[in-house]
Amino acid sequence: MAKTLFDKIWDKHVVQQIEDGPSVLYIDKHFIHEVTSPQAFAGIEKRGLTVFRPQQVVATADHNVPTLNQHLPIKDELSRIQVQQLIENCKKHHIELYGLGHPFQGIVHVIGPELGITQPGMTIVCGDSHTSTHGAFGSIAFGIGTSEVEMVFASQCLLQTKPRLMRITIDGELQPGVVSKDIILYIIAQITASGATGYFVEYAGSAIRALSMEARMTICNMSIEMGARGGMIAPDQTTFDYIKGRQFAPGAAQWDKKLAEWKELYSDADAVFDKEIHINAADIQPMITYGTNPGLGIAINGKIPVTDKIADEGERNNITKALAYMGLESGKALLGMPVQHVFIGSCTNSRIEDLRQVASLVKGRKKNPNVQVMIVPGSQQVARQVQAEGLDKVFREAGFEIRQAGCSACLGMNEDKIPAGEYCISTSNRNFEGRQGAGARTLLASPLTAAAAAITGVVTDVRELPAVS
Amino acid sequence: MKPLTSIHSRFVPLPIENVDTDQIIPARFLKATTREGFGKNLFRDWRYVDNDENQPKADFVLNQQQYTGEILVAGKNFGCGSSREHAAWALQDHGFKAVVSSFFADIFRNNALNNGVLPVKVSDAFLAQLFALGNEATLTIDVDAQTITIDATGAQEVFDINKYKKTCLLNGYDDIDYLISNKAQIEAFEAQLQS
Repeated sequence: MAKTLFDKIWDKHVVQQIEDGPSVLYIDKHFIHEVTSPQAFAGIEKRGLTVFRPQQVVATADHNVPTLNQHLPIKDELSRIQVQQLIENCKKHHIELYGLGHPFQGIVHVIGPELGITQPGMTIVCGDSHTSTHGAFGSIAFGIGTSEVEMVFASQCLLQTKPRLMRITIDGELQPGVVSKDIILYIIAQITASGATGYFVEYAGSAIRALSMEARMTICNMSIEMGARGGMIAPDQTTFDYIKGRQFAPGAAQWDKKLAEWKELYSDADAVFDKEIHINAADIQPMITYGTNPGLGIAINGKIPVTDKIADEGERNNITKALAYMGLESGKALLGMPVQHVFIGSCTNSRIEDLRQVASLVKGRKKNPNVQVMIVPGSQQVARQVQAEGLDKVFREAGFEIRQAGCSACLGMNEDKIPAGEYCISTSNRNFEGRQGAGARTLLASPLTAAAAAITGVVTDVRELPAVS
Repeated sequence: MKPLTSIHSRFVPLPIENVDTDQIIPARFLKATTREGFGKNLFRDWRYVDNDENQPKADFVLNQQQYTGEILVAGKNFGCGSSREHAAWALQDHGFKAVVSSFFADIFRNNALNNGVLPVKVSDAFLAQLFALGNEATLTIDVDAQTITIDATGAQEVFDINKYKKTCLLNGYDDIDYLISNKAQIEAFEAQLQS
């Protein structure tokens, strides 16, 4: 029988099917971080259990860590205790920790792939909704709650109900200035922030095949923002080339065997999906959000919807409420609007390719004096690569501030917050009320669009930025 | 987990769609290392002016004494966004035993069930009926029969819950008990994976 990519991986990991209930699903890799793990460790200890398969767990500290002076003790007491507890828990349970100061430390969804831990065909979980990122390698990867983290600690398994499957096919060529972040913001704007709830999404089509691994990760990362539990892309030569030679990638002795397995990971030609969506890549413009969920996005040169013309009452109320929070007006354009902050970072867009894109645009330019620009590399490895390629010099000359690796202002758990009432163009994934700090107003966009705003100080169409004189 | 068989209570209406878990519990309150005490920060930034407990926002429903009860009734796509289970802990710590909505985000739904907080998915029309009720109205939720009833009118809907999860709720079992009771099978599965 014809199978989807998802089915092939799922079926191989079902330990037991409970009658009229969920499946017992075996988990290959479990990533943990300091914020959603302490209660899970406490839970198994209370039951008198130890971590069942510690060698399949990888830990890092990312959500809560400062992005300045990481060599010093963390100033915030609660953050320090949480990070310290991760260190102690990992030690006690024999879990590999890439904590602060370790050369592999970084945002969990950046380090997994860059270390070659994330591989095609795996089941991967983490107590973080953006675990969907790892699906870019053709794995089933999804975010879980802390009780589920505890389940995986206890048994290396989860009880899961098989989701419905959606395929989003994007064919054709992207316009200049349009990057993968624009693709995913476009999709979410089309199908809404709940349009894929209950589904696992496979992204396919020629436009997806043409993307680098970094670009594919950006798309899979934001699958959760339309409600999907995860997103995935069938592995291909781009995937295999990315993985080969990385720290924890299969070595020469196993490579051919693994590669042969990975090459079987695609949806069969006549596989059936519960829902199919087709998108023409040429229709996608650089995107920006105006509201307080990632589905409220428009083309950079478009206008905010006219609220009076929205027929559905719930939708009209949502957008009216969002615009009140954002201090924006119905029917108006965003182009030319001043912004006070630019944040380039997060598990969505903090990889080396994202930072290369930013550098290529800002080289030889200076930031607008009214804008604060923060660049937070996704990992220590990315930070080292930035230096090795001389991108740090480009950023410093432009007046950008370069920080150390962590989740930072994506969720404002550490000191990196946007002040109330101020606007931030952010390459992160969520524009929820208060996400970047109480009262902060977030406009989600691509690294290119964020960099363009850093230069001009206003919302800018990157395609119209004048060349460096 | 405590068994949950039925709930009979007034309810707190929150007719807002896409309530994300950052609103239910803002990230700055996720630094705790235990599960307790999140209730006081439930909907923190919707509840207080400038994060000040002495300045409750009068127009927010949790600050309106006429609304009370063990059931939260919210607009569609409740619990979207971050996977933080702290959202379920905060609702539970505040005293909610069930959340009623016409649509739940997946991760939140699992987190709620894993903590004995029942997500009750109803139709848009039934949800609209609930929002139209006065603050004195009471609801009855019967887990075994899978029904939610407006006591005054007798209007009723059946909600979905899989048989396994229902057994867990009714008896107070959790998934970990089940998983560790199957360890031999898991180990056999691992051996077969490696062969």
